[in-house]
Amino acid sequence: MIAAFLIQDGVTSGAIYALLGLALVLVFSVTRVIFIPQGEFVAYGALTLALLDDGRIPPTASLLVCFGAIAFLLDLWGMRQGTDARGFLRSLTLNLILPGVIYGIASVLAPLGLPSFAKALLTILIITPMGYYIYRIAYRPLADASVLVLLIASVGVHLAMMGLGLVFFGAEGLRARPLADANYSVGLLPVPAQSLWIYGATIAIIIALYVFFERTLLGKALRATAVNRLGARLVGVRTQLTGVTAFTLAAAIGAVSGVLIGPITTIYYDTGFLIGLKGFVAAIIGGLASFPVTAIAAIGIGLIESFASFFASSYKEVIVFGLIIPVLVWLSLSHAFHEEE
Amino acid sequence: MNLQRMLRGLVGILVLALVPVLPVPPFWITLLNNIGLASLVTIGLVLLTGVGGLTSFGQAAFCGFGAYTTAVLSTSYGISPWLTLPLSLIVGAVIALPLGLITVRLSGHFLPLGTIAWGLALYYLFGKIDLLGRYDGISGIPPIEFAGYRFLSDGSIYYLIWFFVIAVAIGARNLLDSRIGRGIRALRGGGQAAEAFGVNIVRAKLTVFVFAGVVAALSGWLYAHMQRSVNPTPFGLSMGIEYLLMAVVGGSGYVWGAIFGASIVLVLKDLLQRFLPDIIGTTANFEMIVFGCLLVVILQLARDGLWPFVLKFLPKRPPKSVPISVQALARRTLAPAGSPLIKVEKVRKAFGGLVAVNDVSFEVKAGQIVGLIGPNGAGKSTTFNLITGIASLTGGSVSYEGKPLSGDSPRQIARHGIARTFQHAKILPDMSVLENVALGAHLRGSAGVFRSFLRLERGEEATLLAEAAHQLERVGLGSYRDRPAGDLALGQIRILEIARALAADPAVLLLDEPAAGLRLGEKQELAGLLRKLREEGVSVLLVEHDMGFVMGLVDHLVVLDFGTLIAEGQPAEVRKHPAVVTAYLGGVA
Repeated sequence: MIAAFLIQDGVTSGAIYALLGLALVLVFSVTRVIFIPQGEFVAYGALTLALLDDGRIPPTASLLVCFGAIAFLLDLWGMRQGTDARGFLRSLTLNLILPGVIYGIASVLAPLGLPSFAKALLTILIITPMGYYIYRIAYRPLADASVLVLLIASVGVHLAMMGLGLVFFGAEGLRARPLADANYSVGLLPVPAQSLWIYGATIAIIIALYVFFERTLLGKALRATAVNRLGARLVGVRTQLTGVTAFTLAAAIGAVSGVLIGPITTIYYDTGFLIGLKGFVAAIIGGLASFPVTAIAAIGIGLIESFASFFASSYKEVIVFGLIIPVLVWLSLSHAFHEEE
Repeated sequence: MNLQRMLRGLVGILVLALVPVLPVPPFWITLLNNIGLASLVTIGLVLLTGVGGLTSFGQAAFCGFGAYTTAVLSTSYGISPWLTLPLSLIVGAVIALPLGLITVRLSGHFLPLGTIAWGLALYYLFGKIDLLGRYDGISGIPPIEFAGYRFLSDGSIYYLIWFFVIAVAIGARNLLDSRIGRGIRALRGGGQAAEAFGVNIVRAKLTVFVFAGVVAALSGWLYAHMQRSVNPTPFGLSMGIEYLLMAVVGGSGYVWGAIFGASIVLVLKDLLQRFLPDIIGTTANFEMIVFGCLLVVILQLARDGLWPFVLKFLPKRPPKSVPISVQALARRTLAPAGSPLIKVEKVRKAFGGLVAVNDVSFEVKAGQIVGLIGPNGAGKSTTFNLITGIASLTGGSVSYEGKPLSGDSPRQIARHGIARTFQHAKILPDMSVLENVALGAHLRGSAGVFRSFLRLERGEEATLLAEAAHQLERVGLGSYRDRPAGDLALGQIRILEIARALAADPAVLLLDEPAAGLRLGEKQELAGLLRKLREEGVSVLLVEHDMGFVMGLVDHLVVLDFGTLIAEGQPAEVRKHPAVVTAYLGGVA
């Protein structure tokens, strides 16, 4: 009985880690960015939903406007040597009008007390464009940098986003209301509807990613960029566009994870980082390359965490993060010695 | 070291020494102490990240090991801090060694990710162990005593901290400016060239990793006795990230930049913590927003950090004078001319279904110049890589003086006196031409890390540099000696690679397209040099496309086409061989 309960709990958090792990593998394979701030999107998502539950206008909407404004200024700076009207209008729409409209929608809808599903969608709408702005502001100027430089930059973005989370949401933890209150039971085991949402969303996103990569031209362009950046460029893939797509997708997946996890645990401004890192442990087990291995590893981490918190609760974090050491041993033994150019 | 620089250093030390005596506010001293402690960790990171191309976010955990070691031993067991100092350092090294062994063999990004994970895990661990006082930590740590004097006040431990900072900074610079240091600096360029000259890449990485761990432990030891209490907070991941920020701000390739970066970050942090709450109105630690943005902006606008801007205002270092060496380096005894040296037997290399080299056999005799020619894609460079151990054999064997080489690493093969150049030149553009060549002489020296750190290997270093300078003169690049190697033209870089190979005192020289990109006159000089080497008894195996160059030079010619040996023999015979004519001219002639 306890084991079944622990398994259910582990699979639930494992599913969230799987989503994050997939997003990390996606971003890394397309842009070579190790996206540490992925967890911040989760925290932003969960906290935004929690504030919407209270009928308040989430500060992430104003943050979005700020991000857009910075991106617009950067675009302007880039255009100082001459520009065409189309480029200017595009930048204006993307960086000023879009966040403005989203802010407008959020401030109109927030006090109305929407149904929970609509609130979840609104949250995702607010968070997703942040992926684009983060890419535009922080990473695009570094597109030629090494993996190491990009990683250090990621840590910088993580610090800044976590700090902004603290400014906008405060140090208090918040918990959102579940998407559905119902409780089902499988045999003796109670299964909250929220868990079913989590399983469903995870599976749906994995299928959607599969279809996207296998069936659409943009998905194939992303895969081509992942395999060979220069080659993809030579055959006409706009690698910047693929970068934008990867980051926006990652932000969307982060927002969905936040919406899903917000109701089952209290989220603080810095919780996202720890959740994201567990996704990382999974992604590392998948060699930052394999989607299926990452997903399976994430479930495994969820299970280990759930059992560890029951049998050795005070060492839970030590065990989960210490897990990476044997993984690295295994990777270093199984991989031939190879150098990155 | 010239007098002026020494004077400047002394003035700097004097100013540092006077600060606590001057009427400065006491928090300045505290701040300077913290800068000193952070500088120690950052110097380690500079070597690890800026020089070695590895990164760690977990350095704060190593501080923790140093601090907790001395805290436990000096409080629970009453051991003197001076005895716990070596123990703290050893603990740092002992922890760093296995972590390094696991991670340095992995490609670049796994190491930093691993350090994030263990940085977190160790922080939680520090907070859970009863012996370490859990999250409350350990207090009542005794101060450091020296000859009855107790380093109690901030103003007194200041001298101890900065003594260690300056000693470690000078030591780190000594280390970089040595034979071992050249190996470490070669890591960033991928290390393939360094390995071909006998540098043990894994060991070089481990060296910097353990060094960084040990200096972080030293910082932790000092911290414990300064603060007189420890708890897990300063050893968590966020401090680890802050140390990396300091290294990036200072300029991750510069030892003095580490101290500069630590100063900027800590002064900024102090100012932010003092004034930001007044502006925003709350007291949470908002400096992380500023730090995060700072990190990204510096990487975007000044990837080499801020120290290079400071360097612009300092007088330029004069180029290092090459010491005139008293003793010549020992030369290898070469095999008598005509005896078989390298024997390639039925070597085969398959990449999946593609057979790049198909059962090729030939021989290089001592004192011979052998040419390996063939159209593009014939498998010439792959054959080279098979001989030098860079690529692994699918089948067949390579032997040297009757001893099998197959399965040996490039490093072991280099020990036999097989030196090579690369088709795509692999030089270290930031290092001087002289140092690039000296890398070739790596195996002719023996000084280790400790002797280099303490600068006890100057005699040996002088002979290595003199040898490098001699080889540069010999190939005609003497006037470029002190320029960064990246300044040279492509043809000159090829010649530089030859000088580097010569510095290894080779028995066999493997040259991959040495004449590509050379002008006619330069080609003639190169041919003259190779003839002279042959007279000295050195054997040469060369891959070349320029037939005029090859035909007049080589004693023996081996022709490959599509991975298969189609002809070999005297140049004049091979030229008329029908298969060769077909391969080159498509069978029309």
